Amino acid sequence: MSSNAAELRDLYQELILDHGRTPRNRRKPADANREALGHNPMCGDKMTIYLKLGEHDGLIEDVAFEGQGCAISTASASMMTEILKGKTAAQAQEIFDYFHTLCTTDDATPPKDLNEDDLDRLDALSGVRQFPIRVKCATLAWHAMQAALCPAGMRQNEVNSESDERT
Amino acid sequence: MTLFACATPKSFDAEKYRTDFPALHQNINGVPLVFLDNAASAQKPRQVLETLTRLYSNNYANIHRGVYTLSQRATDAFERARETVRRFINAKSSDEIVFTRGATESINLVAHSWGRTFLKNGDEVVITELEHHANIVPWQMLEKEIGIVLKPVRIEDNGDVKIESVKAAISQHTKLISVAHVSNALGTILPVEAIIAEAKSKNIPVLLDGCQAISHLPVDVQALGCDFYVFSSHKLYGPTGVGVLWGKKEILNKMPPYQTGGDMIEVVSFKGTTFKNAPGRFEAGTPAIAEVVGLGSAIEYVSTIGLSRIAEYENELLEYATSQLSKINSLRIIGTAPNKASIISFVMENAHPHDIGTILDGSGIAVRAGHHCAQPLMDRLGVPATTRASFAFYNTFAEVDALVAGIKKVQEIFG
Repeated sequence: MSSNAAELRDLYQELILDHGRTPRNRRKPADANREALGHNPMCGDKMTIYLKLGEHDGLIEDVAFEGQGCAISTASASMMTEILKGKTAAQAQEIFDYFHTLCTTDDATPPKDLNEDDLDRLDALSGVRQFPIRVKCATLAWHAMQAALCPAGMRQNEVNSESDERT
Repeated sequence: MTLFACATPKSFDAEKYRTDFPALHQNINGVPLVFLDNAASAQKPRQVLETLTRLYSNNYANIHRGVYTLSQRATDAFERARETVRRFINAKSSDEIVFTRGATESINLVAHSWGRTFLKNGDEVVITELEHHANIVPWQMLEKEIGIVLKPVRIEDNGDVKIESVKAAISQHTKLISVAHVSNALGTILPVEAIIAEAKSKNIPVLLDGCQAISHLPVDVQALGCDFYVFSSHKLYGPTGVGVLWGKKEILNKMPPYQTGGDMIEVVSFKGTTFKNAPGRFEAGTPAIAEVVGLGSAIEYVSTIGLSRIAEYENELLEYATSQLSKINSLRIIGTAPNKASIISFVMENAHPHDIGTILDGSGIAVRAGHHCAQPLMDRLGVPATTRASFAFYNTFAEVDALVAGIKKVQEIFG
């Protein structure tokens, strides 16, 4: 098997294909209090992220998304919703920072409090490292999530993942 | 019955022409490159590459300035290229050939210079729903700036453009029709002759965006009877950074300069400046000298083969690819107008164009995945994006088979 075939198999592994085909939490929660639209200008894909943030503790009580995208961006959004539920806004930011590093460089140190399942999910998504142009697909939902988390006064309602590419 | 009663068409030796294109002979991801993104940009024959090297090695200096031999040689080469372009599109005069940075700049030039001079609040510019962003956004800027109204012609679900729909979009306020000659996203060849006839009967000028047509069809601007025709060098096997704006001389000379500076003036004083006639007045500053000369070389190259023969062969490729791709169950071709150039856009049931593009790349196949700079068209057709295979005369039937095999791999992964 050529190295590219291995990389392709790594990118399109079963976990990704499963989340791509049957994404979790693709819905609009009625009680969401934050949202942001992510836009990938390369392909025109758009994805809205919804958050329900606890009023006092800043805990992410619910996270969901709507939109269509490629297998990578859909799987990433789906897995992100699973990972972030129950985390704090600060933790979510920390996880995104880690994921971003994981997708774009060779050395990333995971946050201490991530469990095995979460690490496996992020690891599966990081197959995009071998496909620099696809990094922005994997990070689209995360950029939107980050925008939705910003304090209301500073919120950007629309963000894009254009600058993300492995160099 | 005689066995050879029908003369078989003289076969087209794509393999022979392939040897002229160094970039085609390489492996990508361990397999031979199959380059099917020609609508985005075409590969360059060594004749063009050698022209660039020769110009820079032996004949390079700034043009239209020096009294010395080298500058004269560069100027001669540059102006010869203008004459080559003139002959290629059968313009009346080489003064009607303006070199720009690309077709995008050509359209922007017309919008800025002609549009701002001759359009006013309430005037309508007719385009179609299948235009490239480059033939939408410059006019949108004029909507904001002077209050013109952009009127997109409704296209058919199969990507065809009906002359009746164009007629329906024309009103007494229509002051320009600006449409693609061939759709970059779908391959539709627009009924430009009928559009121009209709426009002429109402005295409406017509701009044709010929970016895709120029490499696939013989183009004769006088026979067409349009007023502006634009295209890029890089899609015509020439260098990047050069475009052409052809316009009728009497119109060009009524248009104010687009950019100003050196090489486009007659007399400059602090009391005022007078400008050269076209094309000089639209070519401010030092142009892409070598690239223009390279474009001339690319045109000579394709002219040796002949655009009619290229069109005939590419049509065979298109028919073969269409029939092979149509056999794939989960694949749907987007854009099935009866009159098409060698471009096939498609979607697949379970795979997004970007995933298709990545997997095909694993088989060395280069295709475009995305909205093809035609987002309003994607909206109109109800697809977020498509995968597009676009064929040049150096593509082969075997490469179509490789594409089909690549798509089977996509199916293996995505079902």
